[in-house]
Amino acid sequence: MMDRIPALEAVHLTKAYDAVRAVDDLSFDVKEGEIFGLLGPNGAGKSTTVKIAITLLCPSAGRAMIFGVDVVEHADRVRQMIGYVPQERAIDRFLTGREHLQLLGALYHLSREEAERRIRELLKLLDLEHKADIPAKNYSGGMKRKLDLACGLIPNPKVLFMDEPTLGLDVQSRLRIWDYVRRLRERGITVVMTTNYLDEADQLCDRLAIIDGGRLKALGSPLELKAGLGGDSISVTVGPPEPSRIEALAEALRAVPVIRSVSPRPDGVDLRVDAPEKAVPAVLETATRLSCRVEFIEYHRPRLDDVFVAYTGHVFRDEFPKSESNE
Amino acid sequence: MNSEYFQEIGALSMRWVRRLSREKFSMIFTLVQPMLFWLIFFGNLFQRAADVQVMQAPSYISFLTAGVVVMTVLNNGLAGGVDLLFDKENGFLERLMSTPIRRSSVILSRFLFVMTITSLQVLVILGVAAAFGVHPATGWLGIITILLIGMLFGVGLTSISMALAFSVKSHGDFFSMLGFLSLPMIFLSSALVPLEAMPGWMSALAQLNPMTWVINAIRPLLLANWTEAIPRIGMVLLVLAAFDAVCLYGGVRAFRRALG
Ligand SMILES: Nc1ncnc2c1ncn2[C@@H]1O[C@H](COP(=O)(O)OP(=O)(O)OP(=O)(O)O)[C@@H](O)[C@H]1O
Ligand SMILES: [Mg+2]
Repeated sequence: MMDRIPALEAVHLTKAYDAVRAVDDLSFDVKEGEIFGLLGPNGAGKSTTVKIAITLLCPSAGRAMIFGVDVVEHADRVRQMIGYVPQERAIDRFLTGREHLQLLGALYHLSREEAERRIRELLKLLDLEHKADIPAKNYSGGMKRKLDLACGLIPNPKVLFMDEPTLGLDVQSRLRIWDYVRRLRERGITVVMTTNYLDEADQLCDRLAIIDGGRLKALGSPLELKAGLGGDSISVTVGPPEPSRIEALAEALRAVPVIRSVSPRPDGVDLRVDAPEKAVPAVLETATRLSCRVEFIEYHRPRLDDVFVAYTGHVFRDEFPKSESNE
Repeated sequence: MNSEYFQEIGALSMRWVRRLSREKFSMIFTLVQPMLFWLIFFGNLFQRAADVQVMQAPSYISFLTAGVVVMTVLNNGLAGGVDLLFDKENGFLERLMSTPIRRSSVILSRFLFVMTITSLQVLVILGVAAAFGVHPATGWLGIITILLIGMLFGVGLTSISMALAFSVKSHGDFFSMLGFLSLPMIFLSSALVPLEAMPGWMSALAQLNPMTWVINAIRPLLLANWTEAIPRIGMVLLVLAAFDAVCLYGGVRAFRRALG
């Protein structure tokens, strides 16, 4: 099968400032029509990557292309294809929501009728109709964020870049925005978003790039990344803990086909397994056969946290969405 | 292509107008500018202290009018970049720059807006001066010439302001630089006192100040006649061509560096 042109292609992308390499040799593709996430902690280089892709920053090395068009050489053509929702709320407090959209409509060279039509549609979609004609300084934080989103969508972009779209939103608004982003995907829009939130990356993104310190640490769908860790994990605790029994149990379990790896603990064993529905009965049966009493058996699917720890070597501090004051 | 350019500049200029109209307080202050108080209070206050012989003007207020007109141009011009500074700081500028507009549209819309507001204010000031008996000696054509010279000067000043806005690290820096620039520009010029009345070193410095040349071209338009004004207008055009060229160059460079 022929490969389609990627919606975004980063090739050895690098952005160096005096002291830091904000982005360091990053290469990845975003496929047309997918929701692609850049996941990483503060200062990982997510925003920098996005700003290069949308022509606001020049890379110090490497290149980025939107549908094959180089973002440095043909910045103008790139700008016609993209929408941008910045990380900081870029709102003019004195303008009303509608005036923001009218301004951007004109900057994307829409005709008046076309602009009016899209503005009506977007205000409705984002549930901003009733506040459309008051100045944005009277908007709540969430409403400002929605207005930001609407501004990014005015051009009806082929690729929408969103920098931490749900930062500081309440749970309901986050869910609504996720829902909305999925609907954009249905309309064929490619979405590239950055996020600080593991659950957001997990549930919303089709594919992810985990970056840390400007470098790519892992790339794939959330499922692939989790599977890449070596399966689901089962942890067995036996009692009373006797080293010889545990050793024997570990030995016997190593022979079970669906169990990938076994690591003994002082009071039991940790397992990585492919098919938990087969592994769990096998574990219990083996334990009974060796007359080990199983006190406790715990099963969990790998979470993105585990992926993150495995690839970056440090724990992800998932910041809980902070409640946000209005100004 | 060109219609797109006009569409961009029109929409951006509209934004500046809307912002101003939302800030009722600041709009009132913009129109009924502190400059007017300079004219009214200073003009009348120094009426007796000032030597009409030295001024070569019928009254101090008539002498001061040209100075106040140009001070208005100066203040508006130097403040012309403030809104862009705020846009840069809150990310609105990035949003604008991610759209397919010509890079120059933002700047041109700003020039357009600043020039228009300044011209309106100059007209208000001339109206107030007229109420105090200062009638422009060269008539309507003179007033139009004054507005055009003001705009030419304003372009350079606004460029300086934008260059500052794009290069400063914080807006504290911006405002202290402005204060640092504007007071000496006013006192080391012929705005308040004619060059002849200054100590030698001051008048020497004032001659290096483009503002002096601008005032010296506008003053005869208000107080004397075309014969006296025309050579000075010629002179100021040369000075402003050089001044604007330097300022625009600096402005464009700062803009490029900040926004690639
Ligand atoms: N203009 C700049 N000059 C110097 N260093 C910069 C500049 N912009 C960003 N950096 C540095 O580059 C690194 C990456 O920044 P970036 O904003 O891309 O991070 P991020 O992943 O978006 O973080 P966050 O989650 O906090 O938004 C940081 O260490 C930051 O300090
Ligand atoms: Mg960021």
